[in-house]
Amino acid sequence: MDSYDIPESTPSASSRPEDYFVGATPLQKRLESIRKQTSFIPTPPRRKIPQCSQLQEDVDPQKVAFLLHKQWTLYSLTPLYKFSYSNLKQYSRLLNAFIVAEKQKGLAVEVGEDFNIKVIFSTLLGMKGTQRDPEAFLVQILSKSQLPSENREGKVLWTGWFCCIFGDSLLETVSEDFTCLPLFLANGAESNTAIIGTWFQKTFDCYFSPLAINAFNLSWMAAMWTACKVDHYVATTEFLWSVPCSPQSLDISYAIHPEDAKALWDSIHKTPGEVTQEEVDLFMDCLYSHFHRHFKIHLSATRLVRVSTSVASAHTDGKIKILCHKYLIGVLAYLTELAVFQIE
Amino acid sequence: MSPQKRVKNVKAQNRTSQGSNSFQTTLSAWKVKQGPSNSKNISKHGQNNPVGDYEHADDQAEDALQMAVGYFEKGPIKASQNKDKTLEKHLKTVENVAWKNGLASEEIDILLNIALSGKFGNAVNTRILKCMIPATVISQDSVVKAVSWLCVDKCSGSTKVLFYRWLVAMFDFIDRKEQINLLYGFFFASLQDDALCPYVCHLLYLLTKKENVKPFRVRKLLDLQAKMGMQPHLQALLSLYKFFAPALISVSLPVRKKIYFKNSENLWKMALLAVKQRNRGPSPEPLKLMLGPANVRPLKRKWNSLSVIPVLNSSSYTKECGKKEMSLSDCLNRSGSFPLEQLKSFPQLLQNIHCLELPSQMGSVLNNSLLLHYINCVRDEPVLLRFYYWLSQTLQEECIWYKVNNYEHGKEFTNFLDTIIRAECFLQEGFYSCEAFLYKSLPLWDGLCCRSQFLQLVSWIPFSSFSEVKPLLFDHLAQLFFTSTIYFKCSVLQSLKELLQNWLLWLSMDIHMKPVTNSPLETTLGGSMNSVSKLIHYVGWLSTTAMRLESNSTFLLHFILDFYEKVCDIYINYNLPLVVLFPPGIFYSALLSLDTSILNQLCFIMHRYRKNLTAAKKNELVQKTKSEFNFSSKTYQEFNHYLTSMVGCLWTSKPFGKGIYIDPEILEKTGVTEYKNSLNVIHHPSFLSYAVSFLLQESPEERTVNMSSIQGKKWSWYLDYLFSQGLQGLKLFIRSSVHHSSVPRAEGINYNNQY
Repeated sequence: MDSYDIPESTPSASSRPEDYFVGATPLQKRLESIRKQTSFIPTPPRRKIPQCSQLQEDVDPQKVAFLLHKQWTLYSLTPLYKFSYSNLKQYSRLLNAFIVAEKQKGLAVEVGEDFNIKVIFSTLLGMKGTQRDPEAFLVQILSKSQLPSENREGKVLWTGWFCCIFGDSLLETVSEDFTCLPLFLANGAESNTAIIGTWFQKTFDCYFSPLAINAFNLSWMAAMWTACKVDHYVATTEFLWSVPCSPQSLDISYAIHPEDAKALWDSIHKTPGEVTQEEVDLFMDCLYSHFHRHFKIHLSATRLVRVSTSVASAHTDGKIKILCHKYLIGVLAYLTELAVFQIE
Repeated sequence: MSPQKRVKNVKAQNRTSQGSNSFQTTLSAWKVKQGPSNSKNISKHGQNNPVGDYEHADDQAEDALQMAVGYFEKGPIKASQNKDKTLEKHLKTVENVAWKNGLASEEIDILLNIALSGKFGNAVNTRILKCMIPATVISQDSVVKAVSWLCVDKCSGSTKVLFYRWLVAMFDFIDRKEQINLLYGFFFASLQDDALCPYVCHLLYLLTKKENVKPFRVRKLLDLQAKMGMQPHLQALLSLYKFFAPALISVSLPVRKKIYFKNSENLWKMALLAVKQRNRGPSPEPLKLMLGPANVRPLKRKWNSLSVIPVLNSSSYTKECGKKEMSLSDCLNRSGSFPLEQLKSFPQLLQNIHCLELPSQMGSVLNNSLLLHYINCVRDEPVLLRFYYWLSQTLQEECIWYKVNNYEHGKEFTNFLDTIIRAECFLQEGFYSCEAFLYKSLPLWDGLCCRSQFLQLVSWIPFSSFSEVKPLLFDHLAQLFFTSTIYFKCSVLQSLKELLQNWLLWLSMDIHMKPVTNSPLETTLGGSMNSVSKLIHYVGWLSTTAMRLESNSTFLLHFILDFYEKVCDIYINYNLPLVVLFPPGIFYSALLSLDTSILNQLCFIMHRYRKNLTAAKKNELVQKTKSEFNFSSKTYQEFNHYLTSMVGCLWTSKPFGKGIYIDPEILEKTGVTEYKNSLNVIHHPSFLSYAVSFLLQESPEERTVNMSSIQGKKWSWYLDYLFSQGLQGLKLFIRSSVHHSSVPRAEGINYNNQY
């Protein structure tokens, strides 16, 4: 299909690629990188195995504990325009007012003292991969208790946090007016996420898109997380495949003892500290053939929808639960990579 | 068809020679006439008013409506025999128009008067009231007039109830409310009426301002509540009063009660949505922006906004956040910056361009032509980046073939793409986001979904290096091209022609403006020309293969030659040093075509090639210096070769000597003895019918026609006859390329002495 011939081109000028983009603007550079991304395989063939505890020392352990063992819905987020860490107080106030206004909209009456909520913005100090990564931050919606005798803090209604772990590729392409926090994680009612997302979109001219994780990336997660050294396993390694058949789809769950999974991985794994595409494929193929030997079902013909390990579990819908404090940064780094890929 | 074609061509030439100011509009005007594949979408372009659109669409309905309104204005005619029938007909007309397109505010004014004045019976009044659906807005005066009818008590209780329900439902579409608020006392008094009370309460709830809350009214409300019990509508009004004046009301009201009013709009639910849709429209007019989607119910999928494109809001919000100490007074008299809401005209934009308050969401510029101007000239990186991110992500989110089962939003996506294309046409510039989107989505495209829009996006790809874009875009497009129908092939060729034209326009502007603006692409002219020439060769390859696949379809060939009509005139029309000839597969297919218009088009293209090459040659001779853009002798040779073939076939009747060479032995084997004449202007299959009708015109009673009689003087008469039949291309070709002497011979372009 490519074999059309170009007769000797008419102008005799040279046409080296450098001729085209000499003083290209950042937008052109971006387009360039998209061209490269699109023309080659989207993911690098090798990645680092998450190293344990890359968290900076000044991380508040209480806050980290708060982030673990919760199910988060993932979103990708384009850079925030004119966001400033020194204004978090104002943002709390403005977002609070916005939420109250939104909740009252469409109701006939709901005047006054009804919505007792409190919005808190706070930074997650040290939650970053490199020094260049912007500081992560957390937004919480608390219900203010009516009675003074109760706990002053109130119940957490909704939580969301923004982060960027090893987001170098994105950081390079934007000016200082923008803050790049491409990964957004939310926990709480979807309606709240919508209101808060809308406020961010209106205020910082950014764009939220749900971040789904395809089967290809789920296998990568399975391999990388199996490769992590965990002191004591808290959960079995489990895979969930979905078979598209009517009237209902059929799910196949496949649980392995984490130590067995690790043993399988160790037998495959070659280069220390790194995971390659071949290794990921081989790992999954071994699981497939084992399953086939017992049940005569070709899992490769079905769709991988969920992976859970002791490190974390991820669902193709873009839901994640991180279990292991040690590998928090490693998991987030991969998610950041996926988010950046989605917004580029 | 030929003369029309030429006219179009002349227009195209004029256009490029015109100044930059006018050419945007001319181009769009021209575009409307052009393009079979996308005429539908583009014809919308330029019409700001969707309502106007409808009105144009059915003038008849409009007339009928006028008659109906006139009829109602006159009042019922007692003597008329088929009074009921006429009445029914007119009512139907009004109802149809109202539910379909809405009524103009004048019509509502008249009809509302009639419904409440009691000229007709109750049933008629009800029907009229039910269809008082505005096209866009309702004038405040109409409402005030209508209320005055309530005072004279001409209408029944049920009509009054319906009127109040209507007023509540349409409240948001009343253009102003000051006068209506002055009637607050009257409405309040109507609370006495038990039947009206719930609806009047709702109206008052919408109307109440702080200054309307008076002690005597509070007393009255509390009295009513004591009399009628805890009615939700009264509670609603009371709680609002309490909100405005907490000191006046000491009774406690239940806090958590959400629905206070019976949904009085349900009669008009669909109509209301339609009005909102209309008001939202793609129009950048400020009035309509006021009525924009801000007051539309949130949609879960869209996170709170009905429209894909955000509403225009100035960014004061962000600014406030950016400044630490921002007091209210600062906010109110912010000097220096010009609020977007006040931006209504181009001169205003020019005066305030340095202090324009940018929108909080850059995506909103897509609906505002003035701001598009701004985006176009500003080279502020953050502004462009914000727009880039927004558009890229929105396209990705909205694209319907990315997600399974997302096809129900197809219409919305199509509309969105149309808006983008309108903006691109308006700016005469493609967006980078769209290019990036094409890279990602083209490999997944089925070639059917939003075809017209998608191909238009292709034609707006910003100028760039062809070899870089080819594997990402054109290779995927080629796969679809070869496996799809002939109509798809034609649409692709059409959009590639537009792409070529856009690139050429851009380059021709760029070359001449280079010292002034810092253009986004710093390319060398050689590099640019190379890219364009690769595009042309690529289309040549596509066309040649397509001709084979579609067995030399005339229809397809028309589109191919249209493309080459652009190509042949690059040197003169765009002042760019490039001449690329068509591939032999196209040339010979056209030369041997059975269709006269194809041959005529070919002649025209050859004529233009000649003009361009001659002009280029003249310039070379004048400049003397060897510039890097001297065309190679190969181009001239190729052209002369084609020319010789053409003249050999059409004129000198020596078809297979020079040019197309066919071994005489093979010709002998065909058994055709008189092959030499067989392709000249008389015997060529596409001219034969002309020759016959020419001869028949000469001597109509002749039974047999003698083709060979056309020679000498008759030959020139025959030519004149052909020219008079609209074969202008042939005329130009013969005038320029054939020596009028006793011995006809081809007049090639001499290239030997140069090299």
